[in-house]
Amino acid sequence: MSRFAADLPVDVVGPQRGTREVRRYGLGYFLHRYARNRLALVGLWVVLGIALVAIFAPWFAPTSPIKPDFGNLLQPSTATHPMGTDDLGRDVLSRVIFGTRTALLAGVISVGIAVIAGLPAGLLSGYYGGRLDDLLMRLTDAMLSFPFLVLALALAAVLGAGLDKALLAIGIVFTPRFIRLSRAQVLGEREQNYVEAARAMGVGDGRIIWRHILPNSLSPIVVQASLDMAGAITAEAALSFLGLGTQPPTPSWGSMLNIAQAYLSTAPWMAVWPGLAIFVTVLALNLLGDGLREALDPRLR
Amino acid sequence: MSWYLVRRLFLTLPVLFFVSVIVFSLINLIPGDPARIMLGEEVSKEALSALRKEMGLDRPLYVRYLLWLSHVARGDFGRSVRDGRPVLDTLLLKLPVTIELAVTSLLVAWVIAIPAGVVAAWKQRTALDYAATTLALAGISVPNFWLGIMMIYLFAVNLRLLPPSGYIEPWIDLTRSLKLMVMPSIVLGAALAALVMRLLRSSMLEVLGTDYIRTARAKGLDDVVVLIRHAMKNAMIPVVTVMGLQLSGLLGGAVITETIFAVPGLGRLTVDSILTRDYPMVQGVVLFAALAVVATNLIVDLTYAVLDPRIRLGARTG
Repeated sequence: MSRFAADLPVDVVGPQRGTREVRRYGLGYFLHRYARNRLALVGLWVVLGIALVAIFAPWFAPTSPIKPDFGNLLQPSTATHPMGTDDLGRDVLSRVIFGTRTALLAGVISVGIAVIAGLPAGLLSGYYGGRLDDLLMRLTDAMLSFPFLVLALALAAVLGAGLDKALLAIGIVFTPRFIRLSRAQVLGEREQNYVEAARAMGVGDGRIIWRHILPNSLSPIVVQASLDMAGAITAEAALSFLGLGTQPPTPSWGSMLNIAQAYLSTAPWMAVWPGLAIFVTVLALNLLGDGLREALDPRLR
Repeated sequence: MSWYLVRRLFLTLPVLFFVSVIVFSLINLIPGDPARIMLGEEVSKEALSALRKEMGLDRPLYVRYLLWLSHVARGDFGRSVRDGRPVLDTLLLKLPVTIELAVTSLLVAWVIAIPAGVVAAWKQRTALDYAATTLALAGISVPNFWLGIMMIYLFAVNLRLLPPSGYIEPWIDLTRSLKLMVMPSIVLGAALAALVMRLLRSSMLEVLGTDYIRTARAKGLDDVVVLIRHAMKNAMIPVVTVMGLQLSGLLGGAVITETIFAVPGLGRLTVDSILTRDYPMVQGVVLFAALAVVATNLIVDLTYAVLDPRIRLGARTG
């Protein structure tokens, strides 16, 4: 019941003894809400840790992730190779460490493409409406009708193998979600009093969208972006697993799993560690995204 | 009702149009010569110009689109570059395998997710709820290709309980067929189970907070009766609403699952035809998948219109 009491004006509820009035907006309040969710904090720390590993990969990795060592093929875990070695004698730990770069790149670049393409399209489409909006909505409907991985695969196939093309393909497939999301936000904000006030003051459309509507629409987009980063990392790994993403010898968790399949009975560690790395990274990003949603969604307050 | 039907079908047309444009563009808007990409670099001029002619590459783009569309509309999806057989024949040959896998996976998913979702909502904020939500989070986060490989390692390589991969029709050897389908169904069903469980839990929580549930409880009805007879009916609506999304996830997941477990369905066909640059086949299978999702969404919407008068009446005024 306290939830409802807190929503009422102070003179109705009466001042609460011993508690300072808490601000219910701004960065401080957001951080306070986010930090209350312990799992979300774990997710945040893990993501930060993985980012650090990616940035300082050469310092963390004991050996080269690429140079073969034919005297040490398919060795199980030892002191020098804690995660064993692969079919070319390379240190699996070093490859998993360098794989963080590919994975985070996949998350950031593909979601970046989707946001940069989808956000303006959605904002303009929602703000102006009309026939162009109808057309764009049917186009996104059509794109969303394709199973996500099937379309990404087909796009990656026609674009050609390679990490950059795979990321472009994933970015394109993610774009309609951001169009829909930002459009829905604009539709909600467009009729608000503050927008009308700005319009009455003679503020131009561009400035209204950029300075007034966009800042108020960002929360769900931030949440979606963090969750889609998890999806993009899985997608990159899936494409590389199928041989269409990252090409050897660049370390990617997906392509490591692809090779590991052939050595499952003799060198299972080749499959265990890269997969675990994907799982932990994606789990952490999902926790982060769920935490952001809970902290940012006013309905959940 | 008929007005709603017309309206809903009419809204599907532009979607179908864009689906066809996307599928057509996949092959025809890529930089370079599709015929050359298909045949590779070392190929005679004659073979190249023959394929170009067969694909109609000597004509303007919109003519090629219209020709392609008129063929597709008549069920002619072109011929496979690899074996020369009609694409549609191969699709129809592989379809039952994928349907079998999809149905068993859907069963796995719903058998796990529905009780888990109901119990998690009913016993909110208890150990049961936390266990179910944590498991769902893991199910959403685990990459299905890794789950598949780990299951093969555990159950086939180590414990030797199940065959690692392969496929046999159930009417030829039912036991072996079932054994072969266990792992693919779990791998493909896991993510879906997680999705359905989360969805059901949140809609169940919403329903459990409504007046009619309080009334049913106040009447002294048993908890289980209230849950199953009263709450589940409404809580299942969102789960059924996203059937299209579920099918889409299943078809996407089938690509991975069928590849790992050597199941000769549409998913494996997608990968095979992409890796062998059999572009007419890629086009066919991608179009097929999208059409299946569009059709499912349409069926779900129309079913609602039949069941819920608010939808069709709302459509008339709005």
